[in-house]
Amino acid sequence: MNIHIRYFASLREAVGRNEETIIVPEGASVATVREQLLTRYPRLQTIMARAINAVNHRYVSAETTLHENDELVFVPPMGGGGPSWNQ
Amino acid sequence: MEPVIQLTREPLDREALVAAVSHPSIGGIVVFEGVVRDNARGKQVRYLEYEVYEEMARQQIREIIAQAEQRWGIEHVAVAHRFGRLEIGEASVIIVVASPHRSEAFEACRYIIDTLKTTVPIWKKEVATTGEEWVEG
Repeated sequence: MNIHIRYFASLREAVGRNEETIIVPEGASVATVREQLLTRYPRLQTIMARAINAVNHRYVSAETTLHENDELVFVPPMGGGGPSWNQ
Repeated sequence: MEPVIQLTREPLDREALVAAVSHPSIGGIVVFEGVVRDNARGKQVRYLEYEVYEEMARQQIREIIAQAEQRWGIEHVAVAHRFGRLEIGEASVIIVVASPHRSEAFEACRYIIDTLKTTVPIWKKEVATTGEEWVEG
């Protein structure tokens, strides 16, 4: 299935693009895509370790199951510290 | 009233935001305005670049305002955040809360800016005389 990934701020600069669509197996989770991206872009390791997950404009855990055409964003740390439940 | 939410590259208009929340039932208006500072952690800042995940930021701000409205019983709120390049002294964010009595307006305004800073996907890059970096919390 297709998953749309958008990149912002430090992650956008590290990847060198604003967005991309990737194909993952049915039932894949956010964690699966994380691993896939780190294999493709090993230099993202540091930023991804501190990035939290958002699917379709909502914060979610890494265990969240993805669905066809979901919009996935790994949210790099924000100046204000990030949601407290994620610290 | 429906809350006013603005995400824009243009300079923020404080007077227009205050006018938007004004109402005959209002007894106090609290305005928080965040402005660009010329220094950070010992560095001389030249300017800031803000980047926003617009669709999600809008939704998060809507939810924060809804929580504040429920908690303090307020009904007149405007939140504006600028993105793109901002010079020293320019406003990056303005929160306006109007209510019949002042204490609810102060508390709700404080809650909105503090929560916005930690949960709304807006990033700040400091461009200083010594180099540039994305600011992390």
